Amino acid sequence: MINQHKNMLMTLRRKSANSPRADAVHAPGKRGASASQQRLTVRLHVYWQAHLQALVFSLGRISHNPLSSFMTIAVIAIALAMPSGLHVLLKNFQGVSADWDSAAQISLFLKQESDVGTAKELYDHLMKMAEIDRVTIISKEQALAEFKRLSDFGNALKALDDNPFPTVLLVEPTSQYSAPAAVESLLIRLRNLPDIEVAQLDMEWVERWYALMEIGKRAVVILAILLSLAVLLIIGNTIRLAIQSRRDEIEVQKLIGASDAFIRRPFLYSGFWHGLLGALLAWILVNLSLILLDGPVQRLSVLYDGNLKLQSLNAMASFMLIGAGMVLGYCGARIAVGRHLRDIEPS
Amino acid sequence: MIQFNQVGKRYDGGREGLSQIDLHVNHAEMVFLTGHSGAGKSTLLKLIALIERATYGQIVVNNKNFSRITRRQIPYVRRNIGIIFQNHKLLNDRSIFDNVALPLVIAGYGHVEIQRRVRAALDKVGLLDKEKRFPIMLSGGEQQRVGIARAVVNKPPLLLADEPTGNLDPQLSAEIMNLFEQFNQVGVTVVIASHDIDLISRMGYRILSLSGGRLVGDQPAQKYADDIAS
Repeated sequence: MINQHKNMLMTLRRKSANSPRADAVHAPGKRGASASQQRLTVRLHVYWQAHLQALVFSLGRISHNPLSSFMTIAVIAIALAMPSGLHVLLKNFQGVSADWDSAAQISLFLKQESDVGTAKELYDHLMKMAEIDRVTIISKEQALAEFKRLSDFGNALKALDDNPFPTVLLVEPTSQYSAPAAVESLLIRLRNLPDIEVAQLDMEWVERWYALMEIGKRAVVILAILLSLAVLLIIGNTIRLAIQSRRDEIEVQKLIGASDAFIRRPFLYSGFWHGLLGALLAWILVNLSLILLDGPVQRLSVLYDGNLKLQSLNAMASFMLIGAGMVLGYCGARIAVGRHLRDIEPS
Repeated sequence: MIQFNQVGKRYDGGREGLSQIDLHVNHAEMVFLTGHSGAGKSTLLKLIALIERATYGQIVVNNKNFSRITRRQIPYVRRNIGIIFQNHKLLNDRSIFDNVALPLVIAGYGHVEIQRRVRAALDKVGLLDKEKRFPIMLSGGEQQRVGIARAVVNKPPLLLADEPTGNLDPQLSAEIMNLFEQFNQVGVTVVIASHDIDLISRMGYRILSLSGGRLVGDQPAQKYADDIAS
């Protein structure tokens, strides 16, 4: 453990090499713009060096207590993985339902007395409408034949004198007009056409599905907010404990002239690291879960004759997950640090 | 270097830690502060180190009027004061080198400068060969010397020591005091609180006596009197 620590500090020292202190550049006889500019450069250098030191140092401290750090990071990861995983599942369901959108179909049942001519006229009229992509005529005879083929009532139908089936026009809207609201308005217009007995939209279940998806999306948002709060609290608590266990050290640092920013910095970076590592682990968890789900989904896909491909977190979502981890980590630490560092004063 | 005008410190509950202290310590002077425990030695040092603030009166240290120092400015004032504690206050999870380097890291020095100054400070206190050790591996006297190295590594113009020899045997105490003398000889103002009357009267520096929070004695230096006057 001592060796590990030493290595870390050696890295620190190496990192801070070759950076003269701000006031070390008072070159005599070299006053004015260039000198002050140089001083500014050096000061910036010192600033970044201090941040880099804190960044590496805080990571070193996390690796110092691997078990407890891992447990904290795992809790953060699980909290972040839950909304991310749900988000991915929803995305996948949405991908599936995108195919169903084009399946929105209106069945127009013509009046029993209308003949083939009426159907043909209606067909021409419908095909001129911009909203409609395709119309298929199913004649009485075709309907009867299909019914006979698909059902066991074929023989029973023979007993009937008349063909009981109406002529049906299957109307498929263009993809632009496939959204529930647009199809609904198209349906109303078609219903008012002459010769139409019934106009039926085979989309109610699609609407229900959409409604369910909306609930799902809302649930993801709520879950994400709640679990982000949980991450804030976890990190805040971790940092609070870290501050308490380093009370003596903080006192000593204050006694030898450390500014608040200097003392704060490693704790803030520690929060940042916890958040980042937690998010990375969450990313791995989500992808691992998707790999585990992939087999069953493939089997289901085969059963439904489709080619469902399970999508994983895309670049944007991954970026957002990791970004959220870093921001939550930093903010959680910031809250804890602001509250607890001020209380520690040398006495 | 240090000036107190009618300074007092009252604690919550009304107990008076210090009352009506008038004090002047010159630049490059070496002063002992003595008195029984509870007499106010530590309180006086804490006021100089801005660990506590005076309830009334004016304190000016190193040309800085403490009544105008805000909380945010305290760290920068402390960087010009080296403080040595009876219990060393070293960081046990860091090597001797890193302990001594801390004030320089805090002040934002570069790597090369840190190496140079830490080695110089450790050499001065005779612990150069132990820079890689940890505080716990060192004896009490050695730990105190690390504390001194840390206090002087920044080359502050003022050194404060609160019972620096409290736990040490007479020989080690003399060695530590000798170190302080050496720093004083290169122009550092040194204020040492100690109740070891025998030791400090033998050394012959100015002695301020506190009792019940009041300054009751100011015995001028017995030797080097000419140096201080000049």
